[in-house]
Amino acid sequence: MTELKTELKEKIIEILNLEDISISDIDDNDALFGDGLGLDSIDALELIVMLDKDFGIQLTDPKEGKEIFKSISVLAAYIDAHRSK
Amino acid sequence: MKKCYIHSAVSISAQHSFESSGFELHSISGKKVEAIHPNYKEFISPIALRRMATGVKMGVAAATKALQIANLEQPDAILTGTGMGCIEDTEKFLNAIIANEEEFLTPTAFIQSTHNTVGAQIALSLKCKTYNNTYVHGALSFESALMDAQLMLQQNEATNILVGGVDELGAEIIDAVRLMEDKTSDGINLPFGEGASFFVLSSEMKNEGIELIDVQSFSAISTETIHEKIQEFLNLNELSFLDIDGLVLGNNGDAFDTYYDNLIAHFPETIPNICYKQWSGEFYTASAFGLFVASEIFRKNEIPQNWFKNKPSKSEMKTLLLYNQFKGRDHSFILLRRC
Amino acid sequence: MTHTGRNKIQNKGVAITGMGIISAIGNNLDENRISLLSSTSGIGDLKHIHSKQASQIKVGEIDFTNEQLIEILELPKENNFTRTALLGLIAAKEAVANANLTIDKSIRTGFISATSVGGMDMTERHFKEFQTTSETQKYIASHHLGDGTQKIADELGITDFVTTISTACSSAANAIMLGARLIKSGKLDRVIVGGTDSLSKFTINGFKTLMILSDEACTPFDANRKGLNLGEAAAYLVLESDEFVEKHDKKVLARLSGYGNANDAFHQTASSETGEGAFLAMQKALEVANLSASQIDYINAHGTATPNNDLSESVAIQRIFYNSIPDFSSTKAFTGHTLAAAGAIEAVFSVLAIQEQSIFPNLNFKTKIPETGLIPTTVLKHKHIEHVLSNSFGFGGNCSTLIFSKA
Repeated sequence: MTELKTELKEKIIEILNLEDISISDIDDNDALFGDGLGLDSIDALELIVMLDKDFGIQLTDPKEGKEIFKSISVLAAYIDAHRSK
Repeated sequence: MKKCYIHSAVSISAQHSFESSGFELHSISGKKVEAIHPNYKEFISPIALRRMATGVKMGVAAATKALQIANLEQPDAILTGTGMGCIEDTEKFLNAIIANEEEFLTPTAFIQSTHNTVGAQIALSLKCKTYNNTYVHGALSFESALMDAQLMLQQNEATNILVGGVDELGAEIIDAVRLMEDKTSDGINLPFGEGASFFVLSSEMKNEGIELIDVQSFSAISTETIHEKIQEFLNLNELSFLDIDGLVLGNNGDAFDTYYDNLIAHFPETIPNICYKQWSGEFYTASAFGLFVASEIFRKNEIPQNWFKNKPSKSEMKTLLLYNQFKGRDHSFILLRRC
Repeated sequence: MTHTGRNKIQNKGVAITGMGIISAIGNNLDENRISLLSSTSGIGDLKHIHSKQASQIKVGEIDFTNEQLIEILELPKENNFTRTALLGLIAAKEAVANANLTIDKSIRTGFISATSVGGMDMTERHFKEFQTTSETQKYIASHHLGDGTQKIADELGITDFVTTISTACSSAANAIMLGARLIKSGKLDRVIVGGTDSLSKFTINGFKTLMILSDEACTPFDANRKGLNLGEAAAYLVLESDEFVEKHDKKVLARLSGYGNANDAFHQTASSETGEGAFLAMQKALEVANLSASQIDYINAHGTATPNNDLSESVAIQRIFYNSIPDFSSTKAFTGHTLAAAGAIEAVFSVLAIQEQSIFPNLNFKTKIPETGLIPTTVLKHKHIEHVLSNSFGFGGNCSTLIFSKA
């Protein structure tokens, strides 16, 4: 699980071009959207594609992302339970 | 009808033009030349910057600085001209469609590829809710923005307007365009370039300001009638050929430079002429860099000799005429006066 | 403040003397009129573009192939018209004929066209061959958005003021607005204004990544709306100065009495919850027209059927009209969302609504949006129509509103 969390942080930094942020800056329970990292709806769509491409998880409604992308911990748990890759 | 003054002029180009005090022009060479980029972090927040391609960065930074110099927080309108738009992200998304065969595509490049991204990002960074428009007509993109700005000021629809031209090189279509130009012996004989030039225009006069007297464009003019059209334009503004103290021209070395030659022939031989694309490279909104150069001419007390294409006798520059065309089409005339 | 309840005296506005259109519901003005009056939608399966997304989307596509369009337009076989330019030329020619114009150099005539796709339909086919395959190289120069505009202007014989506008899905409304301002200021005697966009793999995939494409016919303003259908279309209006109209005793179809352009300044793609940009655009348009909100008889809404737009637009409409919302409908379920052309398509529909004294239905609506509870007009409705308000909103927060009034 710790490994997956680190992998996710790396991916998020890379995909979303978060140049000035390093893995240690993101706490497992930090809010990714809103006041936390300050990500927005476009970032959510980027992450939805990542779920599909890298973990074989397909979301059809962008609203589902809201819960899943709450924090790294929540996201990692969701992937762990649903992944097909 | 209200008049129109230029309160600030800022340019990011292949020259060190973005720096605040007097820069020196250097010659450029090669097939394409990138702009000299400032440190964008000084002008754009990191969260916005991470998604921005070159043109958006150049545009937002140049616009921000133009507003700072003019001491203006919120313009009454934001008008942007761009010939190729956000070609970097366009190519990026196209390549992703092709490489992934329409699968696993992500939205960022697509949403940043629309032509109004620069104008939109400027509005977003300022939280500016006023009139916002983007003009995308090849070599008349910037002039269309300028014309609309003048129209708004004259008609009292606005007092202060941010207007600019921006184009980025991109990676692939530009090489195809270069290939086509290099196939013929009389193609464009300058590097292709990129840049962003932004201006604050105002209906309020400032001391030692520059007046934008008029701007006009034509889709098509023949080489034989170019001087007639210019004459009509000057007459409309109650000026004659003899009232013009300098010409700022868009020569790019191709076969259509005859338009400039035919025009110069109607002015005294000793009139200063300045060909600005040798410093910026050719691109659809290079004429915005031309307007920046013209405003620098007014700002400087003494103009270095290497700015002139000829050996002019006149030194006093009060009224300037800018003329540009692209491939014999999209002709634009701009008249400026030091006031 | 906008809602005074008292009728004001409307500004005269700019005369509209001709129109032309091609869309998924018809190849000319009459065919579009008949489809609107008979509630015949043009939404269907994608035919002309080979795309992996084809089975998951519905579109408003025009039946003609490029070859057929070239034949109708009698263009030389060897040309580099893109589909955007071909569609534009069909509609622009109809507008010129409809207004009985002869393009004459003594009259300062302008052409302002809007597009967001430009030559992309050809670029996306040949992008990787431009450097190597000489037959494709003619499409390098036709990529940029101004190229199609110039081609149409050349075919019409317009050499004077020609330009192109691109503010995503509000583009054509801004082209119409600029034209009106140029006529009002006396800079032009007449101007042909509108927009054109063809379907492309680029936009299909782009909107797909935003997850806002519906796999069924779109349902504007419905609580269960799933997203938009893309469409392709072109439409133009002829605007002429009053001096010119009087001198030549021209028939005026309707008047463009108001226009407003504002920016939402909220997000690159999403509209704000309060619909601020839309609110400001409508407010400005009413101000320019010197009309109070209660004088609007019909709103042709932007109504793309995306969850975000329809809610945001509904909120903005409520902020302008309070409890007395006029009849409103989105015609996107007829044509699909035609992007940069939409403002021009719906300008033509607004004038047709005035001519027919009819409100065209908002197709496919079943359930009202719970947050706002607005119910659009769902069947053709005849009523007295003096003023129509038309909205067009785009990426980048670009919001524009036009008001059309009975001549």
